[in-house]
Amino acid sequence: MNREQTISAAIIGLLFGAGIAGLVLDQPFILTLAAKAAIFAIAGVGLNLALGYGGLVSFGHAAFFGIGGYAAGILAWHARNFEPLATWPFDIAGTTSMPVTWLVAVVAAMLVALPMGALSLRTGGVYFIMITLAFAQMLYYFALTWPAYGGEDGLSFYLRNDFPGIATSDPWTFFMVCLAVLLAVMALSALLIRSRFGLALEMSRQNPQRLASSGIRPFTVRLSAFVVSAMITALAGALYADLNRFVSPAMLAWSMSGEIMVFVILGGTARLAGPVAGACLFILLEQVLGGLFEFWQVFLGVVLILVVLFARGGLMGLAAGRRSAHG
Amino acid sequence: MAEVILAVDNISKHFGAIAASRNVSLDLRQGEIHALIGPNGAGKSTLVKQIAGELRPDAGSVRFCGRPVDSIDAVGRARLGMARTFQVSCLAMELSVLRNAMLAVAGAAGNVFRLFPAANNDAAITGPAMECLRQVGLADRAKTRVADLSHGERRRLEIAMALAMSPKAFLLDEPMAGMGPEGARTLTPLLDSLRAKAPILLIEHDMDAVFSLADRISVLVNGEIIATGSVDEVRSNRDVQKSYLGDGE
Repeated sequence: MNREQTISAAIIGLLFGAGIAGLVLDQPFILTLAAKAAIFAIAGVGLNLALGYGGLVSFGHAAFFGIGGYAAGILAWHARNFEPLATWPFDIAGTTSMPVTWLVAVVAAMLVALPMGALSLRTGGVYFIMITLAFAQMLYYFALTWPAYGGEDGLSFYLRNDFPGIATSDPWTFFMVCLAVLLAVMALSALLIRSRFGLALEMSRQNPQRLASSGIRPFTVRLSAFVVSAMITALAGALYADLNRFVSPAMLAWSMSGEIMVFVILGGTARLAGPVAGACLFILLEQVLGGLFEFWQVFLGVVLILVVLFARGGLMGLAAGRRSAHG
Repeated sequence: MAEVILAVDNISKHFGAIAASRNVSLDLRQGEIHALIGPNGAGKSTLVKQIAGELRPDAGSVRFCGRPVDSIDAVGRARLGMARTFQVSCLAMELSVLRNAMLAVAGAAGNVFRLFPAANNDAAITGPAMECLRQVGLADRAKTRVADLSHGERRRLEIAMALAMSPKAFLLDEPMAGMGPEGARTLTPLLDSLRAKAPILLIEHDMDAVFSLADRISVLVNGEIIATGSVDEVRSNRDVQKSYLGDGE
């Protein structure tokens, strides 16, 4: 293992250790926080594909986080209330099965990310940031004003969705589910990054002109990365809804997009475990400083400014040093 | 006569009132180096961009390997086998030399969405990439970041990446730009060996290199080709002497 891999493993180990501590000390609160960190990390791993590796600064990933959340919430709500989701062309019932809600979340995110990415990727730079933000805000206001699923009050579903053979209502078990999903999306992300596709994505960020003259369309590469990124973030959204047994338009708000960006930038862009480090630090700051001061986000801002100014590679950059050119 | 690989037919391009290309016609035949020379601002790079598909000509057409490619963009033309280098090095600065070359191989292979095996462990990618680096003399720099290369090494990597595409034609836009006489001399035999793989349309300012390499030369002045012919024909052409080579010698 090289240094970055060792540090990545250590970060995952710390997160796992936090869960163990929660279990041993019988503190479900700690387990909930650890699960939240893992979920935020999943969202960050998703965004990192677009923002970190692809250089696509999406300020609209809350859209996918929220889509995932509403997918889980709406399906669960229908199932718990025994109301069919649709009666035409045939009866479609809701479901409380986590794997099914995940699938729906991921597919829904893909269907939204395709046109959203296709339109946004016609622009670049600050326009890309603004247009992704605009798309996400459209969904936010839609969720806010659509009364069927709670509107601005959000949607509660009291019981966490089930996973076959697992008691998901147990905080330790649910934390382990989140951790397993995190490891799975990290593995997927690593697979993508190390493949030819990852090489092309890296080139699309550093030199799209060269990519094109090598016979690879930058648009196709970017759109693929954007869509996969959205799908991973939606998975995080579904888990987040399950964690809270509640979903609301706040998941779709621009501040959520900003938070996911903070996880990535704090931890280190284009680093596999960067978003994990970022999400863990975020939760830690929120808990420690948030308990001391009501205005803890001021300190988050200071940390973020320091990281951006003095550690361009984020926490991972500080800990693991410069990325090797041969990665 | 050798087969025509690339044919430019009556291309014109205007930017406002400025004519960058006026009824330009030229062809590139199997096995040859066809040099395109002309003073700064003559429209050489603009012509290369139109051939490569990065710019759309106002009129005229380009045929490549016997088929018109006017409706095909730069990506498509690269896939058909046009490999171009850039006047200003166009590389991924943060990636290693080898990763840059691998990208060119992957582009030519055309299956960029293959996820297995990892690119670094894929001999189908790394093998040809290393071979191209060896041919331009960069094999021992394979793991170096491009940002840490010298200017001359970057120019060589540009050529290696064109080579890595196993192209049907090379479009080399001032491959010796900024290399100095010494650098140009070392690059000349490399370009000479390249023509055996595919014909070269060579844009170059270094006249020693052009005269020693070119089978044919076209002279572009103010967007117009004023002469095409063998090295001797072009050298002795009075118009060319007046407008470009200078007749004070």
